[in-house]
Amino acid sequence: MSNIPADLRYAKTHEWLRRESDGTVTVGITDYAQNSLGDITFVQLPKVGASFRSGEAFGVVESVKAASDLYAPVAGTVVAANATLDGTPETVNRSPFADGWMIRLKPADAAAGGDLLDAAAYGQQVG
Amino acid sequence: MSELKRTPLRDFHAAHGARLVDFAGWEMPVQYRSILEEHKAVRRAAGLFDVSHMGEVDVRGPGAAGFLNHLVTNDVSRLFPGRVLYTPMCQPDGGVVDDLLVYMRGADDFFLCINAGNIDKDLAWIHAQAAAFDVKVTDRSADYALLAVQGPSAAAIVQSLTGAKLDLVKYYHFTEATVAGVHCIASRTGYTGEDGFELYHAAGDAVALATALLEAGRPRGLELAGLGARDSLRLEAGYPLYGHELAADISPLTASLGWTVKLDKGVDFVGRAALVVEQESGGARKVVFFRTGDRRIVRAETPVLDSTGAIVGRVLSGTLSPILNEAIGSALVATPAAAGALAVDIRGARIALQPVRPPFLPLRKT
Repeated sequence: MSNIPADLRYAKTHEWLRRESDGTVTVGITDYAQNSLGDITFVQLPKVGASFRSGEAFGVVESVKAASDLYAPVAGTVVAANATLDGTPETVNRSPFADGWMIRLKPADAAAGGDLLDAAAYGQQVG
Repeated sequence: MSELKRTPLRDFHAAHGARLVDFAGWEMPVQYRSILEEHKAVRRAAGLFDVSHMGEVDVRGPGAAGFLNHLVTNDVSRLFPGRVLYTPMCQPDGGVVDDLLVYMRGADDFFLCINAGNIDKDLAWIHAQAAAFDVKVTDRSADYALLAVQGPSAAAIVQSLTGAKLDLVKYYHFTEATVAGVHCIASRTGYTGEDGFELYHAAGDAVALATALLEAGRPRGLELAGLGARDSLRLEAGYPLYGHELAADISPLTASLGWTVKLDKGVDFVGRAALVVEQESGGARKVVFFRTGDRRIVRAETPVLDSTGAIVGRVLSGTLSPILNEAIGSALVATPAAAGALAVDIRGARIALQPVRPPFLPLRKT
C-alpha cells in the first residue's frame, strides 16, 4: 500500500504538487510511482529559468526497467531543481515526498492546479 | 497472470515480498527489495535465485556421447563423469538454437540444462537431430527445481547444510549431494561471475531447500535475488543471454564465443560448415561490450552510430552496473566499424561507447 500524504495535490501522471508559503510549488513523483518504476538510476531535470506549460514534459526519470517523462502539473517557470538527485537518484525511492523532490516552479497562474486530484481521489486511481 | 507457468516456489516468492512478472511465459520474481541492492549482495556475500524455469533434458543411451558431439559446437568428448560443459548448439547456418550446459553422469548418461524460453523449440530440435543415433531424449523440466546460490559466501552456506566435501568440487564440476536433507545435483556453476552452486532437485523439495538455504545464508549476508539482479550480474560478467548476445541470427563466433566452437574436434557437428566460412571470412558483424561513464542506461535496440552519425549496429543488452555506477552493455556492430569510435543518442545527448573486454570487473569464480 503506497503512502499518499493528505496535504498534497496529485496529477494522474503520478506527480505530486505542494503549495509553498512563498507562492511557489514543489513537484516530485509519488510513492506509488517510485515503487512502480523500481530502482531509480537517473533523473534529468531542467535548468532554473526554464518554463513549461501544464502537462508538458519537464524531465525524465530512469529506472533499471524504463525511462519515463515527468510532466509539469501546472504551468510555470523553474526556480529550483534538486541537484542532489544527479549523484543519488535513489533518493527518489527512499524519500519521494521530501528529499526526493524534483523541481520548484513559480506558477504562471497562482490559482492553477484546481483540476489536480486530492489524496482521496489519487488513492482511488492507484488503489 | 493465471495462464503463466509457476515454479514450485511461486508462493514462497510472494510471501517474501517478490515482485512477480512474466518472464518467458513464467511468473517469476524480478526483484524482492531492490535490483541494485540484490546485485550488490551477490558481489559482497551471496544471493539465492530460483531458476526452476530452466529446462532439464536427459540424454541416455550408447549413442549419447556421439549424438551430443554432433549436436553442439563445443567438444563433448573432453567430458568425464562429474564434469560440466558450456556450449551453444547451432542451426546449419551457424545461428544459435540455444546455449546450454551438458552434464556427464556416466559413459552413456548425460543431462542438459537449457533456457526456459527455448524448452519446446530445443526439444523439437534435439529430437529431430537424434533420429540417426541410438539415444533416448527425455524432457525432465517438470521434475526438477533449480536453486542457484551465488557469491563469495555461497560455498560456505551450501557446505553448512551438507556432509559432501564441496571443496573437492571445482568450477564446472558437479557431484550428487544431500543438502538440508534434499537430494541434489550440486553443480559448481552459475551465471553471475561469482563462485557458487546450482542445485538441481525434485520439484517437491524446493520450498524446504529454499527455506533451509535462506536460514543458513542470512547470517552470512545472503539475500533473495530476482531475475533483475541475475541479468545485471551476468552482463557485468560478460556472459551472453540467449535472444540478446546469442540468437538465431547471431552465431557463437559473431558473439566472440570462439572458445566454445571446436571446429577441429573431428566431428562434423551441426553448423560446422557455416562456422568454418565465418571463421575464414572474419564475419560481417561482431558483438562488442561497452561502458559509457554515464548513468543513462543504453537500452536494447538503441541504434549504434559511427563518428559520422551513420547507423552501424544496435544495442543488444544494457543496464546500469551497480558496482561501476555507469551504464554498461553489449551491441552488434558491423565489423569494419567495430574498431572505430561508436556512440549512441539518448534523448538528444550523444554518448560515446567505450569498448570493454569483459568481464567488466575482476571475477571471483574459481
